[in-house]
Amino acid sequence: MSRKHLQSIHVSHYKHTAGCATEVMPIPDVVKISMSQHIGAPCKPLVKKGDYVKVGQLIGDVDAFVSAPIHSSVSGTVTAIEEQRSAVGGSDTLVVIETDKKQEIYEGIKPPEVNDLQGFIKAVRESGLVGLGGASFPTHIKFNPKNIDEVHTLIVNAAECEPFITSDHRLMLEDTEDLISGMQLAMKYIGLDEGFIGIEENKPDAIAHLDKVLADKGITNIKTFKLQARYPKGAERVLVYEITGKTMNAGVLPADLGVILSNVTTFAKVGEYFRTGMPLVSKRMTVDGDAVAEPKNVIAPIGTMINDVINFCGGYKQEPRKILMGGPMMGRAIFSDEMPIVKNNNAILAFSKEQSLVKEETACINCGRCHQACPFKLIPTALADAYERRDAQALSDLKVMQCMECGSCSYVCPARRPLGFTNKLGKAVVKEAGIK
Amino acid sequence: MEKKTYSNLIVSSAPHIVSNVDTTRIMLMVVMALVPSFLVSIYVFGMRVIALTLICIVASVFFEWAYNKLMKKPQTVGDLSAVVTGVLIAFNVPSGLPYWIAVVGCFVAIVVVKQLYGGIGKNLVNPAITARIVLFISFATEMTTWPLPRMAADATSTATPLGILSEGGGELPNNMEMFLGFIGGSMGEVSAIALLLGGLFLIWKKVISPIIPCCFIGTVFVFAFIYYSATGGEAFNMALFHVLAGGVMLGAFFMATDYVTTPLLPMGKVIFGIGCGVITMVIRLWGQYPEGVSFSILIMNCLTPLINNFCQKRMYGGAKKNEK
Repeated sequence: MSRKHLQSIHVSHYKHTAGCATEVMPIPDVVKISMSQHIGAPCKPLVKKGDYVKVGQLIGDVDAFVSAPIHSSVSGTVTAIEEQRSAVGGSDTLVVIETDKKQEIYEGIKPPEVNDLQGFIKAVRESGLVGLGGASFPTHIKFNPKNIDEVHTLIVNAAECEPFITSDHRLMLEDTEDLISGMQLAMKYIGLDEGFIGIEENKPDAIAHLDKVLADKGITNIKTFKLQARYPKGAERVLVYEITGKTMNAGVLPADLGVILSNVTTFAKVGEYFRTGMPLVSKRMTVDGDAVAEPKNVIAPIGTMINDVINFCGGYKQEPRKILMGGPMMGRAIFSDEMPIVKNNNAILAFSKEQSLVKEETACINCGRCHQACPFKLIPTALADAYERRDAQALSDLKVMQCMECGSCSYVCPARRPLGFTNKLGKAVVKEAGIK
Repeated sequence: MEKKTYSNLIVSSAPHIVSNVDTTRIMLMVVMALVPSFLVSIYVFGMRVIALTLICIVASVFFEWAYNKLMKKPQTVGDLSAVVTGVLIAFNVPSGLPYWIAVVGCFVAIVVVKQLYGGIGKNLVNPAITARIVLFISFATEMTTWPLPRMAADATSTATPLGILSEGGGELPNNMEMFLGFIGGSMGEVSAIALLLGGLFLIWKKVISPIIPCCFIGTVFVFAFIYYSATGGEAFNMALFHVLAGGVMLGAFFMATDYVTTPLLPMGKVIFGIGCGVITMVIRLWGQYPEGVSFSILIMNCLTPLINNFCQKRMYGGAKKNEK
């Protein structure tokens, strides 16, 4: 199958930890479980100070459409319900649990019994699953589009195009059974004919392994799909184009194109939930960066403090000046390492001063690299000019709303201009002006 | 265990890594691409080439440094763009040009054309090209006294191939001599092969797009071929002659590809390249001057904002459309 590719850029892969088998982190003394771990309405804590909770017990939920419940990742005593400034600047409610390290399993944990779509969707919600690639959109909503009769294709996003991160790569090698059973469950209940696992070709061992397991099982309606090892092939809209050939504008749902799409970890967790009944309480993540002593892949309970995770990885070998949740291209820089792991964390990267300083911006030389890098052929330099003028109409005409903030333009800019960020601000200008 | 925590971390917008290609590196690659031509020039015109080039570089960098200093602007000499301008000015003048005239050219390029318009990235026209034209008009005699290449037997000065074509008075060199660069002309424009090497290096390194050089050179060739076919000359030979003569190679690869003063989008680059080729040939065949490359680039530089505007309106809708 040969098809035109969208424009992309080469970013050094830095996949240092690809060969590091995942290690399970010991239970920390304290976990702080955030009540807003998904896009949508934050959960309300269902426990209070002094309560004893067990692993898998529901501790937060809310009666809103876009939401997902939150479960305790440890057994122990709730010592506080506290507020903390969140990474995005708002405020988070945290349930603080002092662990007893016994990891007693909650009595209600048993594999769900499901025999129709409604039961499946309900079970997925109860598992607390959200999009684990980074967007953390509640999975049960993604699995239940309005036009459910029209969807036919399942796409698993296993591109992992962000540098450094190898947690999805490790998952494909280590949790293959759960991944495939999760996909088969989704395809069965949603009624999908075929499934693709989109993997970048820099993970040949994962592709070969999956191909072999699929062949051994005699599964023919699920195939691996080799993607170029370029950035940003794992962006939803890029991935849909690369696999189906259909273009997907901003604001269009994959389901509108007949596709159900989610991250590879999400499907593996579906499989795990239907096997064990244990909701989403722990997460595999890559810990790397030049400030970390022993980069590795770790499974940590949700709510573990970031500095505990880094201590498990040998601690800091030099003073960290920047810590990222997620990859270096789209990840979020956090102001403190005293923040808890949340559901969608797939990496914690800590960088030294040398890697952390923001490069000084110089004048645009009109080289056009940003335009050549943009998967959607936008013209970031023109967008930046329009933003300087706060010209909402020009921004809209230049299709700023199509920008997915992948950051390719900022990456390639020889003048070190923060073009991706400017686009983000430009979108806000257009929204404020109310231009459709 | 005492835990050390960090809560004063740097917070910035993504992405948190950037490519290692910055403005300085781009300019450095352009300088490297000009080295082959520089070496041929030394061979053809002698040691004065080195002195003239160094003086132009030093003068350009000094004017940029001094302007920023006087105007209390951030220092930009580190981006090496002034070095590129200096080299290009030296390449665009006869190797025997009095040094002080070359320094005047550097002043025009750096201060008048570039810095007064706001510095790097803001200039409307190519500094080196404009400096050449200013010198050409102001110091017509000095700028057209072509030192003899070392291959020539007698006489103290010579004429450029285009000069011979336009005004007569000598025999046209053959195309091989022109390809290698053993001819009269501006210091750095004589050797087509050396410039081609540098240009291909830049294309290979993705510093420049091949669109403008291809359209420029292609248009010159096609235009000349049609003209000489119609007027009954040796069409192919003369078309090749026009590609190899004068500043076409230097202009097409190194000056018509200047990012700042040329269109951003591929469609705009096509228009720009064809425009340069047509204007060059019109001036060469019907104009007062034997050579038209610098004027063509200057004129197309001035049209660049219009071309950009024209192309943007057409290109933008093409981002991505949903077929429903």
